[in-house]
Amino acid sequence: MSGEIILQARGLGISFGGVDAVKAVDFELRQGELRCLIGPNGAGKTTFFRLLSGQYTPTRGAVTFRGKPLAGLKPWQIARLGIGIKTQVPSLFEGLSVQENIDMAARRRLRGKAVAAVVADVLDHIGLGDLRHRPCGELAHGQRQWVELGQMLAMKPAVALLDEPAAGMTHQESLRTVQIIRDITQHSAVIVVEHDMDFIRLIGDRVTVFERGAVIAEGSFTEISKDPQVRAAYLGRKENADA
Amino acid sequence: MTRVIQPALLFAALVLGLLAPGWLELFTIYEFTAYLIMAVLALSLAFVWGKGGIMCLGQAAFFGLGAYAWAVGAINFGPGLAALAISVAVPAAFAAVLGYFMFYGRINDIYIGVITLAVTLILFNLINSTSGPQYRIGSALLGGFNGMTGIPTLAWPNGMPLDPAEIFRLTVIVIVASIVAITLYLKTTPGKTAIAVRENEVRAELLGYNVAQSKLITFTLGGALAGLGGCLFANWGAFVSPTIFSLVQSAQIIIWVIVGGRGTLIGPILGCIALQWATTKLGTQQVVQVNLVLGLVLAFFVLVVPQGIVPMVTGLLRRNSRTGPKAEAEQNA
Repeated sequence: MSGEIILQARGLGISFGGVDAVKAVDFELRQGELRCLIGPNGAGKTTFFRLLSGQYTPTRGAVTFRGKPLAGLKPWQIARLGIGIKTQVPSLFEGLSVQENIDMAARRRLRGKAVAAVVADVLDHIGLGDLRHRPCGELAHGQRQWVELGQMLAMKPAVALLDEPAAGMTHQESLRTVQIIRDITQHSAVIVVEHDMDFIRLIGDRVTVFERGAVIAEGSFTEISKDPQVRAAYLGRKENADA
Repeated sequence: MTRVIQPALLFAALVLGLLAPGWLELFTIYEFTAYLIMAVLALSLAFVWGKGGIMCLGQAAFFGLGAYAWAVGAINFGPGLAALAISVAVPAAFAAVLGYFMFYGRINDIYIGVITLAVTLILFNLINSTSGPQYRIGSALLGGFNGMTGIPTLAWPNGMPLDPAEIFRLTVIVIVASIVAITLYLKTTPGKTAIAVRENEVRAELLGYNVAQSKLITFTLGGALAGLGGCLFANWGAFVSPTIFSLVQSAQIIIWVIVGGRGTLIGPILGCIALQWATTKLGTQQVVQVNLVLGLVLAFFVLVVPQGIVPMVTGLLRRNSRTGPKAEAEQNA
């Protein structure tokens, strides 16, 4: 892999009431990389994202961003350092328009006319220019996902964490989402959590597989799809995995 | 179109407000000045709650502190700009300290409501228990439950105190200037952040906005505006008592804002003036209890018109303009 390591987790873990949701995960993301994170429901992918973005405080291990430890930082401080997140369930300013939602993301790093220019550009990218004045609370699910991805485009974080960006989308919408994610990768290293294997195949670069809070495999899509442990995790054939 | 209409209406209101004392009787000027002063208080809550999403049930605390601070400042330093500055700075500082512990302590909405109301009632009891000559700040006696009387009225630089018509005009200027200032502030990044925080704290934080700081700024500015209203109140009546911190006072502000429409700035002002006028009229009869009627009004609006009068009317006008003859002609074309 080329590019310097931008985000690193070492022995990262968190427990809830004695249950390890994420246990001792080692993870590295390099500059410009597009990484997919897959795993069955409850594997700990979203919890892992929340640890990276500071929404959860790890009970063990540490996260470093550009070599700087993130321990003790609040989510807004981590976001300012350059880690953006698109949450699993779209989290938007519901009463504000599409344009205002994008504006708030651009405004964090820009001032004056540059904000309006970026907003116009992002609206163009996500294809919601006609709905720019529509409150986000009135949008369809897929459109809401695009607004949140649009916020990532406007925010231009060094690392973008995208949690299930194509969930609940039609095939056509998924194809458009792939394009938006590719646009995000122009400026950001990206980690995508997704269940849809066809979607992973479309954007797939390097894939990390989670199961029961731990990384069980890492490699190209072809490599991990042949991995017996991964097949067992997805298909539930424990005996094959043990073999 | 709205960009032209709103400033034009505001300008018309300002001109009307400045000219009105020339046509009105002294008693009417005096009565409406009180309504307008309370409208400043309603506007402060419209900003804090309606725009900033902070459910403050104790806006009366800052209003009362502003009134007492003016009284103490005017008695000690004279009824000039120094006392005016004190009457805004004291409630603002109090809001900043209270807000710091609430917002940086990550206390959520419901508890903010409870804490702010409790603080108001603590102030009520505290000031109530300041009877006696030992409770004085400089030469100003706090007066306990009897309150402070004979408070000097704001004076021109030549020492002439403002007459009732001038206090009326000053209050109109304060309201219009506050609406303009809040509107302009909401177009800046801190103002937009305040609204974003109201809409979704988590998203605002994940975009890199300091939510606690944003809330603190909103709360402090709202406290300062309420304090300015309190200062005007002390000037209007030359009297202030602990009832300014009472539960009734705190509850009334919320009713004004809900009835007028908490998402707007003008709605709570209109709601405040209309309800005070109605309260005064109802107070002249003995058949029904005023607070009972206010309670029914609140229940009606919460259940039937939860968005308040102004948003409902503007919504209907917008819908009519979409379905008017012109729109129908466009659809048929």
